[in-house]
Formats: sequence, structure tokens, C-alpha cells
Amino acid sequence: MTTTEYDPNVVLSTKEYDVIGTRPLRPDGADKVTGRAQYGADFTATGLLHGKVLRSPHAHARIRSIDTSKAEAAPGVLAVVTNADLPKGGEDVVGGEGVAVGDLRRNVLAADKALYKGHAVAAVAAASPHDAEEALSLIEVDYEVLSPVLTVQEAMADGAPILHEDMRTMAGGEAGDEPSNVAEHFRHDLGDVEKGFAESDIVIEREFDTATVHQGYIEPQVATALWNTDGRVHVWCSTQGSFWVRDEVSNVLGIPESLIKVTPMEIGGGFGGKIPSYVEPVCAMLSQKTGQPVKIVMTRQEVFEGTGPTPGSNVRVKVGADAQGNIKAAHAYLAYEAGAFKGSPVAAGSQCVFAAYAAPNQAIDGYDVVVNKPKTQAYRAPGATNAAFAMETVVSEIAEKLGIDPVDIRLKNAAREGTRRADGPTFPRIGCEEVLQAMRDHPHYSAPLEGPNRGRGISIGYWFNVGFKSTCTISVNHDGAVSLIEGSTDIGGSRASVAMQAAEVLGIRAEDVRPTVADTDSVGYTDVTGGSRVAYATGWAAHDAAQDVKRQMIERASQIWDIDAASIEMEKGVIRSTTDSELRMTFKELAAELASTGGTIIGSGSIDGGGMGAGGGSFAGNIVDVEVDPDTGKVTVLRFTCVQDAGKAIHPSYVEGQMQGGSVQGIGWGLNEEYFMRGNGEMANSSLLDYRMPTSLDLPMIDTVIVEVPSPSHPFGVRGVGEANIVPPPAAIAHAIHNATGVWMEKLPMNPGAVMEAVWSK
Amino acid sequence: MPTVHIPSLMQKLTDGRSTVQVEGATVRQVINNLDEAHPGMKERLVAGHKIKPNISVAVDGVVSAMGMLEKVGEDSEVFFLPAIGGGAA
Repeated sequence: MTTTEYDPNVVLSTKEYDVIGTRPLRPDGADKVTGRAQYGADFTATGLLHGKVLRSPHAHARIRSIDTSKAEAAPGVLAVVTNADLPKGGEDVVGGEGVAVGDLRRNVLAADKALYKGHAVAAVAAASPHDAEEALSLIEVDYEVLSPVLTVQEAMADGAPILHEDMRTMAGGEAGDEPSNVAEHFRHDLGDVEKGFAESDIVIEREFDTATVHQGYIEPQVATALWNTDGRVHVWCSTQGSFWVRDEVSNVLGIPESLIKVTPMEIGGGFGGKIPSYVEPVCAMLSQKTGQPVKIVMTRQEVFEGTGPTPGSNVRVKVGADAQGNIKAAHAYLAYEAGAFKGSPVAAGSQCVFAAYAAPNQAIDGYDVVVNKPKTQAYRAPGATNAAFAMETVVSEIAEKLGIDPVDIRLKNAAREGTRRADGPTFPRIGCEEVLQAMRDHPHYSAPLEGPNRGRGISIGYWFNVGFKSTCTISVNHDGAVSLIEGSTDIGGSRASVAMQAAEVLGIRAEDVRPTVADTDSVGYTDVTGGSRVAYATGWAAHDAAQDVKRQMIERASQIWDIDAASIEMEKGVIRSTTDSELRMTFKELAAELASTGGTIIGSGSIDGGGMGAGGGSFAGNIVDVEVDPDTGKVTVLRFTCVQDAGKAIHPSYVEGQMQGGSVQGIGWGLNEEYFMRGNGEMANSSLLDYRMPTSLDLPMIDTVIVEVPSPSHPFGVRGVGEANIVPPPAAIAHAIHNATGVWMEKLPMNPGAVMEAVWSK
Repeated sequence: MPTVHIPSLMQKLTDGRSTVQVEGATVRQVINNLDEAHPGMKERLVAGHKIKPNISVAVDGVVSAMGMLEKVGEDSEVFFLPAIGGGAA
């Protein structure tokens, strides 16, 4: 069933805006729909060489030796590199992106061990891709094959094969005594959880497993690098963070970041997966050896096997409540796959698992566990979806057992301003209650659901709003338009939302702000496009840059009119004297005067928007109707509504797009997607034919309701909206499946086989 | 005096106390004073002159981007929590 009628958005923001909240055409639209936009694979250069990467066929193996001599002598081959070509030293230094240099280097090119099937072992540069590929087959690697561990349960079992002999479990800042696959154990406490359980009338405890899933961006990783004769390195690549690539290449290669320039090409999706570097340093190494630019384009199989998915997990949640549905205590155990190197998103999962609830007594144990899979990476609200699947399922079960409406029980326990999470931070103004109220009031929630084997489910989820650093500059053109330079690669329409915030301050049309995403030499430091931070933090930098322009425009008018700047104001694109009504100029008219009155005006804004949770973050909720085929277990989504707090929707179309995109990815995670692993650690479904992501043919229209509870810390009240929307879908679908079949699903994906198994074991 | 919330797994250094009050106008001063009262805390929290990469500090409910330089008020609450790994940003 496709729904076409939208419930009105819930707008609590009271400020009036001229540009913000409108829906102008996106500045990059024409280039993208005509195919003229330049992506990484489009890049070419004189003397371009082609690189290919040899990858480990084993999930866990000691590398005894690598002989590259035959490959080096092969026709067309100009260079071969291995980990031995990387500099040594500084291995323990942790870069700004939070990863130890040694791990970065060993992930880019394996050293003494291959730690996952697909782990890069060597790379070749040749005159043609075919020559490079032929040469890979001539590289002789002597492996000692070891047993792999593929899940956190296997990795944490007594006697499990150890990935890193030098790894000890860190707990409370103290290292354990024995080698372990558990990189870290942490715990958060709030109140007295045992006392809370003792006071509860009902206690539900369940254990959940979620599969490893990939972000599934359409454009594979691609990079070209030129190590020039002057010692400077230029990288063109598809990335979510050009400055982070610069810093990682600097760390991996051991050269100063000032010698590296990164030009971000247009990006065909990332969702967190294009934050880290893979082929960029390898291209640079090959270019250094050959003196020519080298390009590597990953295949889809390489993307699945050689880049970071988001982790599978084992999560146990125990919740106690009184007979009225007031949650008295909650305990979570979260063990997340880090992949081959430490650093899973379990910390984020632990901070999100109970974020929607003001439970007085909480305990959360988190475990970061290495396994023989690619190093896991961010994927839209990393860690939160796994956690919400568990917590939301248990809350829905408690509601059912107590006979309380599932939205009402969440409203009764909803986190609000002043609620402290177990990990410490206290929420500022947030929109958890407003999202739940909008769900309860939505026609979908009360609509009849007719027919057999059908069920409705709901869920809510949370993700932070990351602040971090952003920079913008704005220069005023003589025709009254302005050029805006930013460092945030645009993966979700952010050029438009950043430009609109500048336009609002300057009182000009959004179309008169021309945004450009610049290279790392052309704009100030800007953190990654991720953490739902670009509309928030880069938009804030654009606001500040526009304020700088505004101040200078007023000063210029003051010089032209020979009056005190304090008696001039600029509003809605008009500069005027507050004391003489004759003195009045539009922004455009004053722009035309700049060249003859002192020159161009350039404004800049550089902000540090704070850490995780800046601005309070965003809550998203789902209402979903499904039908379960009783013979096959296939789940069909009939109707889906996503409600999310955007703080203030700068460009509502792009907010809706984020909500729909995140919902679809969450549905795929819930129903179909998984790294289907063979026992030897090989991924059996490393193509988009077999790795089943939902398409438009699988789903109904995703209805959206934007709630606007302004963030207290942003000039326009913006909250990042890129991630919270992926958090609730699996739990909402599990709830709906329960209402259709009577079984509670405890495993992702909830594919037909899993549903039938659950039904048969009922 | 600021109140420092001690992570559960570090409470053996504070004789099981979950909160400790120590003087300090910055996180650096708070940690130094905490270490004086409870030796070993600084080693758990600090590497060189920075908070360890796997730890974040929250002051009055807000995760700080300034680390050791973050200002702490007379009545502030200070938390140490695991930093977000996995490239969450």
C-alpha cells in the first residue's frame, strides 16, 4: 500500500525565516543529473598508471614471506609495494581520527599477519589495469593459515585463536595480564540497578545477535595520487573527509601534512564508510616509486571484503518496570565486532542504548572485540541500531505484557531536558517526547490494519549531533552574489543547506550563494562529513562567515555615507541608516560599489562546534505495518512512517530525503542484509546481486514527519538529521512481526529463514 | 568544589567511591588534584599532556572538545567516559 497523504510537520520553532525552510534547487543538481559531475573514477592525468591490490585469500594467516620479483619483472609493471615499503616508528601515536598509526599502516597493507579475507597484502602499478592484474598473480605469498574467529562469541571464548598477541584487555585504564581478543571493557552506572530490579513488578531479559552489514554506497572507493618531484603529494579521491585523508596519509607515510593536498571529488555515497583511507596511501607509495600518478578503483568485491562494514554484535538487555510501566532499572551488555583492529562503535552504542529513557537505575557493560573481518567502520549512527533493536524490543514486550500502549509506555519514560544518561552527559532541550507525541497523533498509528498475518510495530531511536570543527569563507562578487568555500564534502545536499544559512544572514536568495567544496589547501581545517554535523557545524561556520561579511558591508556603507557604522543596520538584504531614510542600498547595489570603495569583502567563519552530543542530538521514531507470509516467512513492509526531530529543517526536502534514506537502510539491515560468512572466514555474498539491499520495488513510500524542537546551541536551532533515522527500523519491524506472528525476533536479519525458525520454535 | 564521577572500573583507586570532590578550575587541575588524593588516577586518564585517546571528558553534561584545557566551575560535575571509536563522526 502506498500512502500519499502526509501529516503536517510538527513545528515548534517560532522564528520566522526568509530562506531557511524553503526548498530551492540544489546547486550541484544540474551537474549530477546530466552526468557532468566529476567523480573519482572520472579523474585522469597525463601519464596515469593503474594500480591493483593483492588481497589475502585467508581470514587469518601468518605471512611468512612475500616475493614480488616476478611481478616487478612483468610486462607493463612499474612498481610493487608491500608493508615493508612503509616507514617505521610512531606506531603507537593516535591520529586525530582516533586510530593508532600502526593499525592504520597494517590495515592499509598487512604486515606479519593477514587478519581478514580481503586484507591488502601488496599492490602493483602498471601501464594498464590488465597488466596490473596479471602481475598480482605473480606475487608469491607464503602463508601459515590460522583458525579464524568470526563472531564476538567465538572471539571471547576460552582458548580462542588470538588475533594480536600483544593485545590486552583495557578496563578502567588498566591492561589485563593475558593476550585477549577483547580490546576494551567499560561500564557505565547510574543509580543502583539491582535495587531497581528488586523494586520491579516485571523484569524481561533477552539476548540478541545482529549480523555484520555494509553501508552499500554505490560508488566504490577510488583514489589517484601524484607524488611530485618537489616532494608534494596530491590525492584526488572519494571521501567523507578530505582533511582526515590528508592526516591519515601523513601518518601512514610519515610525511608532514603540509606536503599533502587532498582534493575531494564528488562522492557517490558514504554513510560513514568513506571516512577512513584504504587505497589513498597505497596510490601515493606507488606514485613515489614511479614518479607518475597512480589510480586505484576498487571492485565491488573489494569494497565488501576490503573496506569497513558496521559490526555484528551480541547484545543482552534486561529491563524492569512497575505495574504502571515506569522503568525502574535497565542493564545492557553490548559486545561489538571491531573487525581486525580495535575500535568498534560499542562506546556509541552504549551511550545510545537507553538514551530515550529516563530510567533511574542503569548499568551498561561494553566490550570492543576483534574478529577476523575487515576493520569495522561507521555506518549511520554507528552502534546505535544494534542497541536499539535489543532495547526497543524488550520495551515493546513489557508494554504488551502490562497491557500498555507501546507509545504511551515510551512517553511515560521519555528522556527530556535534564535527563542524565548513564555515561554522564545530561540532555539539553531534546525532542524525544515530541517525536513520540507526533507518532501517537499520526493517522497511521490509529489506521485500521486489516487482513491476516499483518502486524504494526513502533520504535524510537537516538543519535548524537557531533560538533567538531568547520571553516567557511564567503567572498562578495560585484554582481551581488557571493561565493562560499567550504571543506565539507557533500553527501546529502549539504551544499544547499550550508548556503541557505549564509543567505539567511545576508538577506539574499539561496541561489545567490555559490557554494564550492574546496581542497585542503584552499579552505581552513574541516572535520569529516559525518556524525550528522555538516548542516549543524559547517552551517554554523557559514552563519559566522556571513555575519563577518555583514559587519564589513555595514562598515563599507559607513565609509560611503560618512556616518557612524553604529547607525546602520542590514536586514533582509537592505543596508540602511537608522537615522536618515534617504540612505539606503540593497546588498546588490553595495556589492557593485565594493571595487571602487576599497576592494572585495571576504568574510570567514571557523568554529569548534563541540564534541559528541553537541546540540542535544536527534530522536527518530517509526510506525510500520508488515505482512508475514506464513508459508515462507517473507516479510513485506506495507506502510512505513518516519518521524524525526530536525531542530530546524533548513531545506525540508533534504531532511525528508535523509529520513527516507536512513529508514530504507534500516529496513534492509532489519530484513535482508548480512555478511554471510563461510566457516573459513570467506564472505559468500560479496556482490550486490547476493548482498540483498532493498530497492524501490521492495518498499512502499516512506512517509515523513519533521518535528522541529530547536537545538539550544545552534544559531538557527539545527539538529543533524543524517543518522537517527536508521536506528529504529529493525526494532519497529520486529515489533510488527511479533504482532503478526506472535514471536519475538532476537536475530538480525529477520529474513524468511529466520522468521520461519522463530515461528517453528514458538 | 567540583565533583568528579569515577568510572566503575576505576573505583578501586578511590576505595569504591563513585564520586570524589577535588579542587580545580580546569580539567588538568582536577586530574592533578585527583591523582594527588588517589594515586594512579592520572596514569589511567592521561597520556603525555592530553586525555588518553580512548577517553572523553564531559563537564556539566557536555562532552568537551578541549580535553585538559576545559574550564571547570566551582559546582561542576566531571565525567570520564569512553571516546567514540569506529569513526563515529
